[in-house]
Amino acid sequence: MTATRTAVRVRGLRKIYRPARYREVAALNGLDLDIGTGEIVALLGPNGAGKTTTVQILTGFRRRDAGEVTVLGTDPAAADRAWRARLGIVPQQASDFGELTVGEVVRHLAGYYPDPHDSAELIDAVGLTGQASTRLRRLSGGQRRRVDLALGLLGRPELLVLDEPTTGLDPAVRRQFWGLIRQLAAAGTTVLLSTHYLDEAEALASRVAVMAAGRIVAAGPPATLAGRDTGTAIVSWQEGGVPRSERTPAPARLVAALAARAAAPDGEIPGLTVTRPSLEDTYLRLIGVTPHRPGTPEDTP
Amino acid sequence: MTAASSTPSSPPALPAPALPAPALPAPVRPSPAGLTPALPSLLRTSVSRGRLEITSFFRDRESLIFTFSLPVILLVVFGEVFHGTIGSTGVAFRQYFAAGIIASGIMSATFVNVGASVAADRADGTLTRLAGTPMPPAAYFAGKAIGALAVAAAEAGLLLAVGAAAFGLRLPGTASRWLTLAWVFILGTAACAVLGLALSSLPRSPRGSSAMFNLPYLVLSFISGVYFVFRDLPPVLQHVAALFPLKWLCQGLRSVFLPAAAAVAEPARSWELGEIALVLGAWLAAGLVLCMTTFRWLDRE
Repeated sequence: MTATRTAVRVRGLRKIYRPARYREVAALNGLDLDIGTGEIVALLGPNGAGKTTTVQILTGFRRRDAGEVTVLGTDPAAADRAWRARLGIVPQQASDFGELTVGEVVRHLAGYYPDPHDSAELIDAVGLTGQASTRLRRLSGGQRRRVDLALGLLGRPELLVLDEPTTGLDPAVRRQFWGLIRQLAAAGTTVLLSTHYLDEAEALASRVAVMAAGRIVAAGPPATLAGRDTGTAIVSWQEGGVPRSERTPAPARLVAALAARAAAPDGEIPGLTVTRPSLEDTYLRLIGVTPHRPGTPEDTP
Repeated sequence: MTAASSTPSSPPALPAPALPAPALPAPVRPSPAGLTPALPSLLRTSVSRGRLEITSFFRDRESLIFTFSLPVILLVVFGEVFHGTIGSTGVAFRQYFAAGIIASGIMSATFVNVGASVAADRADGTLTRLAGTPMPPAAYFAGKAIGALAVAAAEAGLLLAVGAAAFGLRLPGTASRWLTLAWVFILGTAACAVLGLALSSLPRSPRGSSAMFNLPYLVLSFISGVYFVFRDLPPVLQHVAALFPLKWLCQGLRSVFLPAAAAVAEPARSWELGEIALVLGAWLAAGLVLCMTTFRWLDRE
């Protein structure tokens, strides 16, 4: 096995759909993306931005119309079984294998891989030992997603692709799921995660890539995405009992000025907060929705 | 929007996952260079798929009851209604009908069942899941064929038992008749199963699939010599039926279960075993080609 430092490399990826005979829609329009080995990268974007199409092209499910794609050193369009064995996929909510038990399904799919995990160990690792002989139809939503995760991990993948892994799960189960994904990444697996949840991206990803209209509009660590750590901050305080706030690119200078001007006898500035744009603010700005306005983001196409 | 507002300064500190589980087994094994475990063979994965298909089918109580009870009820009801003999052969029409209903039961257990089960596999995510694993695609088709063979054998055995007990059907008395039964059964089952697979890409919804497979099945049942003596049908219908496999499957089974004297009631006044092999074999080949060219693992783009 050759050690590649880049797990995924995408340049100028284009995909065109033809919803009607004379209509063409560019689902992907010049997408560039790099994922280093061992990274957890979250793909963020509104519905229709092209996340699913991107994931489908990277996993060899869809053909592309233009661009270069290399995943684990191979073009997914020329994917063979050996390449598939190095990739783990956790699809969006599935309801397959309903009449089979957890143990049966895991052991069955293990039979497709050259070097699978031990089925019982893996079932234990995702916390389903107690449900090993339960049919999938009878599992709760969270247990079902853990089966999906186990199936994605079965072949000891070098790259794990998760498509909206925690949609529909309750908050406690989501956190358990995140814990599992962190363990994997710590053990060296590269993870590509497509999600709608900003808190999920912030909690898990070493890097997020924001998609809009078929391309990546910004990429970087969640804490510094699109300069949110150095951009305009909002400083709020109370002066003479009146709440005040000001947007400034230099919050330290403002706070210093306030300390001289508006400090209480104890030297503190009443009600002082310095707020940088949240990941959500930054995300909404990147996809072209103005944050903090009446009207929810869902109203905007 | 339910997302918790996130602060830019500190990524949320999360509790350790509350999984009652040990750390995940290391995903990447330190493997000695050049020693990659081989991918499982097509034979092994096919057998494994076949076992899974059979298990799933026999656990799905509704389709199990429907598949097995309908032909038995038809056999019992019409067997009680039909009287008389076929032409001047002295052979009871009940025997003729019993042989025909076995053929019809085989087609329902293969063509209709396989078609509907692939449509269900498409709807519930099975196909997407399998396409993302290193399973050889042919193993899926082989598994469906193995499953169909098992279900059809159970169906035929059940009908044969009822037919022999109540309607004067006689088990083959000679080795050559058993041999004919074996190849007619295998060829007919395989041809119908492959046809079901080939047509499974047509219906757009699983709800439409049941009607789509039952319509040709029912029409063919009426014109292929199941409910009526084939030679008594209008010649146009005879010609149409002769293009499809069910007529030949019926005729083949009659050659096995009916006295030799009944052969004069066939259109050619003989069993035409050579023609039966030719037509069923041609349908099997055509179905395989159609399967390989039309099968869709994913939904339409």
